[in-house]
Amino acid sequence: MDKTPGIRPRPGWWHMMDVASRHAFPGVLTVIVLLLLSAPLGIPGQAQLQPAWAMACIFFWSLYRPASMPAPLVFALGLLLDLLGQEPVGIQILALLLIHAAALKLRRTLTRSSFSIVWMVFIMLSAAFALTEWLLVSLLTWQLFPPWPGIFEWGVAAGIYPFVAVSLISLHRGLAAPERAT
Amino acid sequence: MIRLSIQARQALARLTLPVLIAASLALMLLGRATPLVPERARISLSDALAPLYAVVNAPLHTLRTGARALRETLSLRSANDRLRLENERLRHWYDIAMALDAENAILKSNLHWVPEPKLSFVTARVVADTGGVYARSVLLSVGPHSDIRRGEVALDAAGLAGRVTEVGVRSARVLLITDMNSRIPVLLERTRARAILSGANGPQPRLQYVVDGIHPQEGERVVTGAEAGAFPAGLLIGTVHYTPSGQTEVTPAADLGRLDIVRIFNYGLSGIAPPEAPGRTGTGVQPSTSTNR
Repeated sequence: MDKTPGIRPRPGWWHMMDVASRHAFPGVLTVIVLLLLSAPLGIPGQAQLQPAWAMACIFFWSLYRPASMPAPLVFALGLLLDLLGQEPVGIQILALLLIHAAALKLRRTLTRSSFSIVWMVFIMLSAAFALTEWLLVSLLTWQLFPPWPGIFEWGVAAGIYPFVAVSLISLHRGLAAPERAT
Repeated sequence: MIRLSIQARQALARLTLPVLIAASLALMLLGRATPLVPERARISLSDALAPLYAVVNAPLHTLRTGARALRETLSLRSANDRLRLENERLRHWYDIAMALDAENAILKSNLHWVPEPKLSFVTARVVADTGGVYARSVLLSVGPHSDIRRGEVALDAAGLAGRVTEVGVRSARVLLITDMNSRIPVLLERTRARAILSGANGPQPRLQYVVDGIHPQEGERVVTGAEAGAFPAGLLIGTVHYTPSGQTEVTPAADLGRLDIVRIFNYGLSGIAPPEAPGRTGTGVQPSTSTNR
């Protein structure tokens, strides 16, 4: 957003790098934390934290900065998540793409509504994620999995979203804001 | 770069999402049709990440060791009392074990017992817990020329952990006994009944297909059976436990939630010779993991 129109010197190399890195920030941060969460940290519910973190990031950035979270990046994140785990490849890609699509669809209304409404919508979407994952895993491996891990995953996602959102908002406005590039 | 009209670019942008969704569905079918492709992709990703995990692990390991040392220092006195009692009890058992060992040696020499092959094992560090929500497996960091092969048996200090399912250059994956896809032929030590231990995606695998008329006792030891030639007989898995709803489960002896170091045993291709081998002392395996008395 150009708030001060006027003639300015041509952006230098440093400026362009700065803008590019700020644009790439959401994707890079999501990947780094995903990789860290796959290391054996011994956190309870770590298996559930990984998809929950991916969901929260993709929902947040698709909502507030879709340019930095395009669909191919969502696809790549889903693929990484699937390859880090042992579930059939493709399931979490699909579920994350659905969250991304829903966030883009609801953007206009959601960016103007209060945080609790956004959180409610995320809780519903993460339930859809957990349900899709459970259904497809059961279908593709042809055995009925107990639903508890999925419900736990949903709970973890719903629970961490406020914390993720608060930290990402400050990053979105500060460290990772492209308009603040020097 | 090709210059496109605004309309064309908008149409392309609208197409991206449906195409990617179709691609994810195609990947699912592809993974079903050729399971080797995702497996290869996984193992090369694990190979790439194994050194990174090792780096992350080093400070964590230091922290954990420090915390444990502190905790142990605080409970030094009570631990000392407990250990003294336990030592007295174990000394008694040591005498019994020595007597049985001597007797066993005499019996074996009388029977012209063919000694079991000496076992080789590789010790590996668990670097990542890589199951996801619906799977239970761990990633091991192994050396480039380690001789680990698929199907080998992984044990921690206390008992059976699982089997090796994928082997890469620097990493290997172990499917834990708690995974939904894990099925292990087992033997109940006291009642000598055979059964199948099947993972249930929870912390405790279930005991299935127990022979009719036999009721496993609470706390009974469960060891591997040699039925399919996949496992050597007599490796400790855990103890029988009944849920309040009457389901027979097995509490694993191995600390599957916090695996740190595992040993990968090479038992040869066709498992180990006789089932119910009475005692494995003197064959290269520590008695703590595999005795069957």
